[in-house]
Order: sequence, then C-alpha cells, then structure tokens
Amino acid sequence: MKRLSGTRSAGFSYYLREGVRGIFVHGFMSFAAITVIAACLLITATFGLVAYNIDLLIKDLEKQSEIVVYIDDSVSREDAVKLGDQIRALDNVQSAEFVTKEQLFDDYLAGLGSDAYVMEGLKDDNPLRDSYRVTMKDVSKHAETVAALEKVAGVASSSSSKEVSDRLIQIRRVTNLISYTLIAMLGAVGIFIISNTVKLAMFARKEEIAIMKMVGATNHFIRAPFVIEGILLGLSAAALSFFLQWAVYGYITKQLTAGTAILSMLPFAAFWKPLALVLLAAGLVLGVGGSTVTIRKFLKV
Amino acid sequence: MVNLQEVYKTYDNGTKALKGVTLKIENGEFVFVVGPSGSGKSTIVKLLVAEIRPTSGKAEINGFDIGSLRQREIPYMRRTVGVVFQDFRLIENKTVYENVAFVMRAVGAPPRVIKKRVPYVLDLVGVLHKARRLPSELSGGEQQRVAIARALVNNPDVVLADEPTGNLDPARSLELMMLFEKINALGTTVIVVTHERELVDQFEKRVVAIDGGMVISDRTGGYYTRDGLEVEL
Repeated sequence: MKRLSGTRSAGFSYYLREGVRGIFVHGFMSFAAITVIAACLLITATFGLVAYNIDLLIKDLEKQSEIVVYIDDSVSREDAVKLGDQIRALDNVQSAEFVTKEQLFDDYLAGLGSDAYVMEGLKDDNPLRDSYRVTMKDVSKHAETVAALEKVAGVASSSSSKEVSDRLIQIRRVTNLISYTLIAMLGAVGIFIISNTVKLAMFARKEEIAIMKMVGATNHFIRAPFVIEGILLGLSAAALSFFLQWAVYGYITKQLTAGTAILSMLPFAAFWKPLALVLLAAGLVLGVGGSTVTIRKFLKV
Repeated sequence: MVNLQEVYKTYDNGTKALKGVTLKIENGEFVFVVGPSGSGKSTIVKLLVAEIRPTSGKAEINGFDIGSLRQREIPYMRRTVGVVFQDFRLIENKTVYENVAFVMRAVGAPPRVIKKRVPYVLDLVGVLHKARRLPSELSGGEQQRVAIARALVNNPDVVLADEPTGNLDPARSLELMMLFEKINALGTTVIVVTHERELVDQFEKRVVAIDGGMVISDRTGGYYTRDGLEVEL
C-alpha cells in the first residue's frame, strides 16, 4: 500500500464546522451560556460607560477653569475696577474680566428666558456683586490661585467649578472600583460558564477524542474545535451584549439627563465602534480562556 | 518492526505485568500473541501504542523508542500503528464512511486524498456497500471490518488487533482472520492478540505465547509451551 504523503494540518473550515456542531450538541446549555455571559458583559460595560462619561465630564469642567471673584459690597465701583490690576498681577492669572453686578443681573435674567419677569422687581435692589472672571495659566495650581485671589483686599469670595469637579472625581473613583471588581468577578463567571459548556461538549465526544488520540491525532487537532466553540460562544455573547447595551445606554441617558443640564452624556453613536471592539475582545478572551482551562484539565494533554 | 528487549513493567499498584519480555517482530510478519487472561498480553498492547512505558528494558516500535518518547511525539508514533479493538469502538453517530474518513482528517490528510483512500479501504475489507450506514445498522462482523478499515486507512506499518474476534461467532472470526492474512499479504505487519486457540491453530503462523508476564513459547504453528506441552487457557 502506498504511504500517504499529505500530513499538513486540517483546515480551519473543519475546526469551524466541528466547533459549531459542538454548540448545537448542547443547544440549550450553549444558549444559557451566551445569555449569562452577555449579561455579565452588559453589566460591566454599563459601569464602564458611566465611569467614562463621568471622566469626560470632569475633563470638561477642568477645561472651564474660570474662577469668579466677588468684590465686597463696601468697595466702590471705582476701586473695584482698580482691583483688576492687582488681580492681573498675581502669579497664575492669565486674564481677569470685570463684570458689573448690573451686567451679571442681565445675564441672569437672560438665562431665565420667559420667566425673567419674576425677578424684574429686583433690578433696582440688585443683590449681586461686582465680580471678575479670572482664567488661569496653569489649571493644576487652582487651589493656590484661589487662595491668592481671596487674599486681595476687597475680594469677598470666589467660586469655581472645582467643587463639582472634586465631587465627580470621588464618584469616578467609586465607579472605577465597581467596574474593576465587576470585570474580575464577572470575568471569572464567564470563564467558568464557557468552561462548563465546553466540558459538556467534550463529554459528549469522549469516545471520539479517545479514538482520535489512538489514531495519532495531535493535541492541537483535538483541541482546536473546542477552542473554536468557546470563541464562538464568547463572540455571540459579545454581540448580544452590544445590542442590549445600545438599548440600556439609551434608557440610562434618558433617565440621567432628564430635567438637568449638568449631566450631559455622550450619545451611543459617538463610541459604538470602540465599544463593539472592546466587547468582542472580551468575548474572545473569555472564549479562549474558558475552553483552554477545560481542555487542559480534561485531556491532560 | 517491533523490538522488545528484556522489558519489565510494574504498575503503580505493584502488579508485575511483564517480567523480562524479549520479542522481535520483523516487518511484514504475521504474529499471533496468545496467552490466558492476566498473562500480560494487554500490557504488551498498551506498550505498543505508548499508553504505558516500560519500567525497564527497551521497547521499540517502528523506530520509536517507547521508553524515551516525548509526549508530543506520541501522536506521530501512533500513526505507524493501526489498532483494532475487541469492542470495535466505532462512533455511533457517524456513518461508516465518516468513521474511517475522520481518522484521516485527524492526521491532516487533504480532502481529495481522503475521498480516494476511504472507498478503497472500505472495498478492501468488503464493506464499501455499507458506506452510508450507521454502525448500529451493521452486524458485528461488519462493524469489525469497519474498525479494520479505520486501522488501515492511514497506511500504518503495523496493524495491532486486540482480541478482534472476541465478539464474533466462529465463522465470522475465521473470515476476519482471512482478511488479516490479505492485509498482511499486501505488506503490512499484523499482530493479533487473542486467547482463541482454535482460531490460531487453523493458521500456520508464528505464535508467541505469554504467561506470567514472560514469553513461554515462540514458534510457528500451534500453541506450545517451552516444554512442548500445550498452554492451559
């Protein structure tokens, strides 16, 4: 008998076909695995996106590095204007724009729009103060600059977006912590589920595997269909979680931004591509991880 | 070629299965390995497919040294040995054709080679007309023929049959042995491990008798001990 010459590795189409077959051998288990992993990815991605939005908000606030310095009521308009030179002479001050209290009141009325008539009566008894809008050269020296500004004689107080920004940074720390914990926990859950599904598929084909080993199939050949099965489960879950995320994110955006202008969230369209890539990569990692763990244990290869 | 030199095998539980077996089987030979249950036959089979390794001594098959074989070399060694089991071990949900074709795929044979080779081998063992059937639709004899086709399809140097007639009636067993003769005539070394003396006695072949983990007789034709007495089975 003539010796066979062909000993190249089996084609990818074979592995793919066998991998797909593995999924359908335990159809319900595969469905359950995809659903649970998709839920894990969805929860993690939701927290990730919230954290990302908070991050953007903080950066946005940091850009608006303007400090408003209020001038004491006892200081005359003339002296108040002169204070501008002192303020501009400070170290980290880029510019200081004088805003009269009348101007401020008008701006305030303009912001109220059609409701402005409510405040019209206060125009003659303006409760606001003259102020300077100060911008900084270096935003990171915010605290020092505020301290220096408040030391200037005639300055009553200052306000900036720093407080909001600080609060958001705290929230971001919490959401980041939750996100990382979730990634670790739900990642482990995902690997466990894929590994169990692949284990079932391997049990179903135990005899086949034993025969394959006996006829000289390489470990790679035996392993590949199961890895493909794991990857397909992971990728399907990623795709499912992407579409769920689309819906969930829309809902969250609607709930969080309703009635407030402070919380603006990025539209889904702005990040769907990187999100899809991240989810697919996570699905891939879970698929490869889950199946490899099982195969190593099961085949002892 | 099979070359066992003073092979000892002691299992983890202390059982001494082989006690200095020396056995040489040249290419193209047809050999019966006989012996009662617990004689060490199965250990020799396991050794020849690298399922176990010798505790001491040298065990060589088709140029592979079983004692020093690396784990990743085992598949390549096994491709040179076609194994036939007593219980056929066919995959129930695959057709006869698929059962044979998949072992070719397992060693990376290209599809066009598989398409040509599988019908040829099925025809050789006489089950080509059952190619589209499932194993459960076949008789025991036919199933064993499919198993032989599977063992042959990758063109091994040695066909190793472990009690291949254990589940067959005498007439089918005889037919199967004649098939092994045919395979041997085509140039493949055939080793049949069995305890069925009537069957062995019908062929004028080399018979290696094993008992108590040792080769007690090695001669052509019949079932003899070292002293010329017949082995009690």
